[in-house]
Amino acid sequence: MLQNQMGDACHQDIISLEGVTFSYQQQRVITDLDFSVKERDFVGLIGSNGAGKTTLLRMIVGLLKPESGVIRLFGEPVSRFKAWDRIGYVPQKNSFNPLFPATVREVVLSGLYGRNKIFRSIGKADQIKCEDALHAMNIEDLAGKRIGQLSGGQQQRVFLARALINNPSLLILDEPTVGIDTETQEGFFHMIKHMHQHHNITFLMVSHDMDMIRSYLGERPVAESGKLKFYKKHSHELQDCVENDLTHSLRGLRQQMESRKEVVAVVGDIG
Amino acid sequence: MRLLEILGSEFFQRALIGGVLIGITAPLIGIFLVLRRLSMIGDTLSHVSIAGVALGFLVGVYPVAVGLLFAIAASFAIEKLRKAYKTYAELSIAIIMSGGVALASILFTLGKGFNVNVNGYLFGSIYTLGNIDLVTIAIVTVVVLIAMRTQVKELFLLTFDEDAAAVSGLPVRFYNVMISVLTALVISASIKIVGALLVSALLTIPAACSLIIARSFRQTIFAVVIIGELAVVFGLLIAGVWNLAPGGTIVLLLIAILLVLILFKPGLRTGS
Repeated sequence: MLQNQMGDACHQDIISLEGVTFSYQQQRVITDLDFSVKERDFVGLIGSNGAGKTTLLRMIVGLLKPESGVIRLFGEPVSRFKAWDRIGYVPQKNSFNPLFPATVREVVLSGLYGRNKIFRSIGKADQIKCEDALHAMNIEDLAGKRIGQLSGGQQQRVFLARALINNPSLLILDEPTVGIDTETQEGFFHMIKHMHQHHNITFLMVSHDMDMIRSYLGERPVAESGKLKFYKKHSHELQDCVENDLTHSLRGLRQQMESRKEVVAVVGDIG
Repeated sequence: MRLLEILGSEFFQRALIGGVLIGITAPLIGIFLVLRRLSMIGDTLSHVSIAGVALGFLVGVYPVAVGLLFAIAASFAIEKLRKAYKTYAELSIAIIMSGGVALASILFTLGKGFNVNVNGYLFGSIYTLGNIDLVTIAIVTVVVLIAMRTQVKELFLLTFDEDAAAVSGLPVRFYNVMISVLTALVISASIKIVGALLVSALLTIPAACSLIIARSFRQTIFAVVIIGELAVVFGLLIAGVWNLAPGGTIVLLLIAILLVLILFKPGLRTGS
């Protein structure tokens, strides 16, 4: 039981769906879907055209309302959810006008213009955040270019940088590699894997690329609903969580020792 | 000399003040309309507000104010229809525009006596700006400038990527209403300057010009205002000296600027 509690504390439900149903006019797209994404999970979502992948993402981020059922973000129903800066969302490409007169830097900075910051002007700290995000995506040299002049792969990095500028704990990506050549795709996926493993970010990613999902998340879906298939990977599973807590507090350490024999075995001398 | 004579006259000075103020506000609002692919909304709201102006004359209330109310009502109607016909957003604009003209034509014929005045609102009558007109324009300018100064970041995000704006927690509906109301304000205030038939040129052509030359959004904002001001000031001077229709002169000057930019920056911003 103790282990369960600890598991809950470490791996909180970031997204949870209970009995979610959605239809477009007469057409039922998603039926009675239960699913949850826990902290540090990497979830890949695959499905044929019209399976409801984008619909599901749009419901999760509150752009669409489910017909029935409840969606929670960080334990809070979406309609009451306020901490949007914890979520980075990268919509499908082509959702912007290529002639739009904005530089890469302006687009990345716009990730900071959320509800909580109305009436606040962009200060030095924000500029630094922006440079960090540009640096993380390796696009510093493009900062002054007009967004429409970049290649598809570069634009995707810009949108990822915009999503990262708030240091989100959850990243939601909708078909991030559409229209990008294979080589760039691989680099992109490598980058995402790195962020997942080293920056404590939970991922939910829609993709049509089976190979990519298989190579990282395994052959078998953990859940299916209609034509949707969910693939999942926990980062380092519980082990990492224990390590984190070890450094955090002695009390946490004791709890873990009580609840996890292998930990006791490792640090047995101290106990 | 004719130019000095004109500059010395009070009616021309009033025209210049009104024109310079509208030369700031109309292009500023226009850039957001153009980037949201709502260029025609200016035309629609101005046609509807003409119906309001006609009603104002008919019942003896300040016509610009009634025109403003009509424009605001129309902008809400457009938003509503835009939702109903999501993939055919232009449809809502066409419906409301013809509705406005239809209503205006009926109101015109109801009160035949004020035909002369209505002409002034159709084609502009910048030389007849009264104190109340100037005060109205000044208030609208202040409102627009405050809104821009404080909300330009949010408006940028909304215009660039409405979904991302919603997901980052921005109250999208509030901002949509804000843009609609500001547009209605600017149009009602501009009608006497260039006329209802030409208002949308002042909203859209500076934006069209700046899309050719500006690299960043910041530059775009400055470019539209500079271009708007150039056209208004020189348009008024040219019209004054050669005794041309001021509204028409301003708009033709804007188009001339656009043509020059297109000719001298060929193929530079094809968007690829």
